[in-house]
Amino acid sequence: MTGKKGSARYTSFYQEPGRYKGILSWLMSTDHKRIGIMYTLALLSFFAAGACAGLLMRLSLIAPGKILSAQTYNEVFTVHGIIMIFLFVIPGIPVAFGNFFLPILIGARDVAFPRLNRLSWWLYLTGAAIIFLSLSLHGRPPDTGWTFYAPLSVESQANISVAVFGVFVLGFSSILTGLNFVTTVHRLRAPGMGWFRLPLFVWTLYATGWVQMLATPVLAITLVFIILGRFLGVGFFDPAKGGDPILYEHLFWIYSHPAVYIMLLPAMGIISEIIPVFSKERIFGYTAIALSAIAIASVGSLVWGHHMLTSGMSDTARVIFSLITFIVAVPSGVKVFNWVATLYKGSIVIVTPLLYALSFILLFSIGGLTGLIIGALAPNLKLHGTYFIVAHFHYVMFGGAGFAILAGLHYWFPKTTGRMYDEVKAKIGWLVLFIGFNALYFSMFILGYQGMPRRYFDYPPQYFTGHLVSTIGSWILAAGLIIIFGNLVRSAFKGKKAPANPWQGRTLEWQIPSPPPAENFEKLPVIRGDRYEVKRKG
Amino acid sequence: MGVDYEGKKIGMWMFLFTELLFFGGMFLLYSVFRYRFPLDFHAAAAHENVWLGSVNTFILLTSSFAIALAISAMRKGRSRLSASLQLATIGMGIAFLCIKSVEWATKIQLGLYPNSPVLLQKGPGEVLFFGLYYVMTGIHGLHVLIGICVIAFMVVLTRRKKITRQNPIKLENTGLYWHFVDIVWIYLFPLFYLIT
Amino acid sequence: MRKADTQIPAGSYATYAVVWLALVALLGATIAVAKMHLLVRYSVLAPLAIASAKAGLVLIYFMHLRYEGWFLKSMLLVTVATLTAFIALTFVDVWYR
Repeated sequence: MTGKKGSARYTSFYQEPGRYKGILSWLMSTDHKRIGIMYTLALLSFFAAGACAGLLMRLSLIAPGKILSAQTYNEVFTVHGIIMIFLFVIPGIPVAFGNFFLPILIGARDVAFPRLNRLSWWLYLTGAAIIFLSLSLHGRPPDTGWTFYAPLSVESQANISVAVFGVFVLGFSSILTGLNFVTTVHRLRAPGMGWFRLPLFVWTLYATGWVQMLATPVLAITLVFIILGRFLGVGFFDPAKGGDPILYEHLFWIYSHPAVYIMLLPAMGIISEIIPVFSKERIFGYTAIALSAIAIASVGSLVWGHHMLTSGMSDTARVIFSLITFIVAVPSGVKVFNWVATLYKGSIVIVTPLLYALSFILLFSIGGLTGLIIGALAPNLKLHGTYFIVAHFHYVMFGGAGFAILAGLHYWFPKTTGRMYDEVKAKIGWLVLFIGFNALYFSMFILGYQGMPRRYFDYPPQYFTGHLVSTIGSWILAAGLIIIFGNLVRSAFKGKKAPANPWQGRTLEWQIPSPPPAENFEKLPVIRGDRYEVKRKG
Repeated sequence: MGVDYEGKKIGMWMFLFTELLFFGGMFLLYSVFRYRFPLDFHAAAAHENVWLGSVNTFILLTSSFAIALAISAMRKGRSRLSASLQLATIGMGIAFLCIKSVEWATKIQLGLYPNSPVLLQKGPGEVLFFGLYYVMTGIHGLHVLIGICVIAFMVVLTRRKKITRQNPIKLENTGLYWHFVDIVWIYLFPLFYLIT
Repeated sequence: MRKADTQIPAGSYATYAVVWLALVALLGATIAVAKMHLLVRYSVLAPLAIASAKAGLVLIYFMHLRYEGWFLKSMLLVTVATLTAFIALTFVDVWYR
């Protein structure tokens, strides 16, 4: 679709296929924008699959044993976790919005290694295919939970090796993306775009890139150990061969805790972009927010033992991990305070992206504070392995990262599609989602506190009411998602044409047409003066 | 499009950082198990041939020397010398793998391999030692093999003048990778061969 | 806009040769120390210290770390520190069980 930019006509990146025609112009593209769009569509498809698994679980839980057998239930929650974590939230914001916007935000034409970027995308698809293969091959789908704890993962007769190999491939995709983004920020910033002039979303993508590079390889080798255990009888986690299952947990969580910061840091970056725009204020405490991203990434890499507080670790370790867990809450708190301070006395514009951002602050705070509860040793004894944990992580991962994704989808919708979404329907969708979300997950805090264990397909009758409320919440949530995505899909084709800067944003993406041209900028910008003020030379 | 020389170099270094963490997981297990079973590790290490291990270490150190020279030669415009030195590096890499195969074959013939009946008779620490031995030298060996293939590709590019004095980055990055593989072995050698 | 590429000088053959000799000497030292049968604590630390010396030489001279900027050097340090932290915190568990 050609459009008008000032008085000159231009072609958007959709119109410039590059060397290939048709579907290959997408699949073979090294354009970060095309790659970002494809990732977004894939992510959302996998999210839908994972959500169906979740809805199926909730349905089963109000009629235990009548819809799913115990074995199938184990497989469904395993698949739900694998899809949501490895195919949706971890790749999530970096591959969708990071790919599309990182180069534009720093004034570049593409990422540092465009062909490596394409490889990351192909690896992502390959990993997804391998995981789906594990569901359909001869043999049962994996049933160990997404955490693949030894010894069950080494001994289970299900298609564990295939699933684990799929995750291994996905890990490689993640590592390469992180490497690409970090190099991009170092080498491709426009002249005048100093480190402390970077948009905060870029800071979070940078910190996340380091976590992807340093933590993911530990998961990779751990998955190799599972496969070696299954095929060659290498028993690092088998007590009969001198091994130790707790070492598996250490290695697994050394990655999987930092992984939640891969999910969360870019989400916080999006919120830091949205809040100032819709309060018409400069962000409060830019430097503190930027550095807090680095602090969260570093300190957050040292807390993994809080997932293992009841596993049999030494008491000294339990105390130290609990202590560091409390420390890592501080930089997160810094961000929340600064967002609220930005809103204070601002001129608030109540549009959908801001509604999601405000919900993020509330839901993430609930998730974060409950995280402190379970990070304390004594409560953890009672709450580990219960629905309290399930509620906690859904509040931070869905209420946090998930809502940030929805915020980003709406905020950047005009830029990526060139059209506006329907604001009324979007708000209705948000409201229904918000109500459904809290019904679905808040009831789980109560269930967990009352002692309902997680990953159980059946339960004593006193828990029925909580489960019923939760399941009805899941249906309301699903309805909300249908309204939201129905609106976005329809608007992508039929929405009103969007101007370059519908929100009066100050960052660089709003200074180029909607949708952007293939090379992003006619002339690469030169950044002068204040942070988000760009003056173009010539 | 894409980055400059500096960017490509940084990219390679960061890839090596990820490799460090990948091997790091194995070193973590090694440290824990050796801490728990010091005597078993000592007994198991007696099966290692220190002489072969030392020769292999010498070979890898010299191969690092060779590829460093190859890069210098390229920078000085001496393309053919560079290609010869690259080939020498490959030769040493192959020699390393040959010796490693001999070591593995010897052990396997003695019945010392993961899950073998002979091995399972031994103490738990010895079982773990040999598990770690095969996994760590195996994954290291795989990296050596990949390095050999990449250097071979570099020889082709050198001959086709795609790598030049002005554009040596592919060769330099290959060198970085090869040095990393050497450094991993520098640590593996005392940890498996010299446990007193 | 950008610094001139390939600014780093080509290493001299002679320097590399000296480093290689030092590495071979350290290899000899590693084996000699092993044969000395030191106390347990040192029998782990000494070979690792010598190995680190070798690794340092490879990093600084063969991998040109001596010519690199502070950013790359600090990122290497961060990476090593990260791995060290992972192992150290795991040992807080293993040691005190």
